[in-house]
Amino acid sequence: MSLEETRHSSYFSRRKLIKTGLIAAAGASGLGVAARLAQQYGLVPPDHGTLYGVGETLTYASHRLLTRHSLAREFSRSQISERPLPNETAPFSEEYKRHQVAGFSDWRLTVDGLVDRPGSFSLAELKSYPARRQITELACEEGWSYIAEWIGVPLSHVLNLVGTHPQARYVVYYSIQPDWWESIDMADAMHPQTFLTYGMNDTDLPSGNGGPLRLRVPRQLGYKSVKFLTHLTVTDNMKKFGKGLGSSSPEAGYAWYAGI
Amino acid sequence: MAGLGSVPVPTQTGVAASAVRSPSTVVAPRHTAVVRTTHWIITICFFALLITGIEILISHPRFYWGETGNVLTEPLFKLPIPSSRRLVPTGYGYVLPDQNGWSRALHFEAAWIAVLTSLVYAIFSLFSGHLRKNLLPARADLSWGSLSRAIRKNLRFERPGAAEAWSYNVLQRITYVFVILVLFPLVIWTGLALSPAFDSAFPITVTLLGGRQSARTLHFFVSLALLLFLLVHVIMVVRAGFRSRTKAMITGQTDTPTERT
Repeated sequence: MSLEETRHSSYFSRRKLIKTGLIAAAGASGLGVAARLAQQYGLVPPDHGTLYGVGETLTYASHRLLTRHSLAREFSRSQISERPLPNETAPFSEEYKRHQVAGFSDWRLTVDGLVDRPGSFSLAELKSYPARRQITELACEEGWSYIAEWIGVPLSHVLNLVGTHPQARYVVYYSIQPDWWESIDMADAMHPQTFLTYGMNDTDLPSGNGGPLRLRVPRQLGYKSVKFLTHLTVTDNMKKFGKGLGSSSPEAGYAWYAGI
Repeated sequence: MAGLGSVPVPTQTGVAASAVRSPSTVVAPRHTAVVRTTHWIITICFFALLITGIEILISHPRFYWGETGNVLTEPLFKLPIPSSRRLVPTGYGYVLPDQNGWSRALHFEAAWIAVLTSLVYAIFSLFSGHLRKNLLPARADLSWGSLSRAIRKNLRFERPGAAEAWSYNVLQRITYVFVILVLFPLVIWTGLALSPAFDSAFPITVTLLGGRQSARTLHFFVSLALLLFLLVHVIMVVRAGFRSRTKAMITGQTDTPTERT
């Protein structure tokens, strides 16, 4: 007696064909609707068109849905790393060296783009605004990390001072070092822990850690915390900047969104 | 052993219905289409994750325990390999090319595909009975006597019997269940713990593991365990007959006599 399971293997009816076609059409239009909704709710990163865009988009979209308002972990004073690693190894530009010699007395942060009152801020002005402190971990994509107390003014404070337009979607920010620029979405820009950082562990922010001014984005990996900050631009469209991928990182093969 | 005739095979219970044989009658595949497809998708993802994981690791081949760790702190251990970053003192006089950009992107893309595929597999296994019938070991097989018999048989390098062409043996079942229910969830968990944004929403993901650097070290060891599984798995497949076992996982058919009466 055979125990074989009887099954019609090559049964291919019109009904099956129609059913498959309908499922495929529903799937395709479902994807289309999902893509439009994702675009509308700001769930698509500027570098979504690259080779790994699907993974980048899934990560960014899920993080935006799960973490829009969450706060990066803060630590106790006793957990501050004894020696915060000064990891800057690139040679400083001539322009930076000039500022270094002058004690950063005329360092300025320029703010422009989609704002009501474009302007430029000296370090003294930034320090005159209510200072905030956070003890957070700086984690590099390479794998290492350290904890420091970061002192500065929330980026949202300065953005509110200059008055961003309602259509603003990204804040682009530049280092004084050549070809080093990044951008973040408004969720990260207005986040209470995103600091224009000028101090660390009760001293001025050292050069090796990004001083005199560094943007701290503690919910993303270290490379989004651009050092030696001189310029912010508010925009509604990343296409106008560089190759349109959102920052210099994707142009070098790295992800624009670095929450992972 | 009474020979092939008495080999118990996993089949449907509809014995009477199969009395009539016709040319359209086909044998139920050794592995279902879902198992075969998910197996190979996850295989591809595994290799992508392994290669890119090694590339990422090369940028900092030092491991720590606790929350923080960097070249200024004492490592738990170092791998004796060169690094792709100037920052790391390795003792080698050269720096490897930096491959982290695409490696990270492919690592996460492969992780997404592997996790989504695993989800399909998990739902299928739960609802089709695959987990219960093919993966969970029978209670009788879990006795010490039966287990030690199976282990002895394995250590004597006995070739698997014909029954094993149709059903996983008890050691296989235990291993697969351990990989699926312990190692896979652990490697996902320790990986997610390395995401600062995910941790901001679910801090317990990383605090339960003892901190960021502990999570990274654990991610490395769980990956090693998965690599060990892969090596043993392939050795076992070769021992059992590479061609027939691989064919069964690709086409669903096996060379082992299907004439079972």
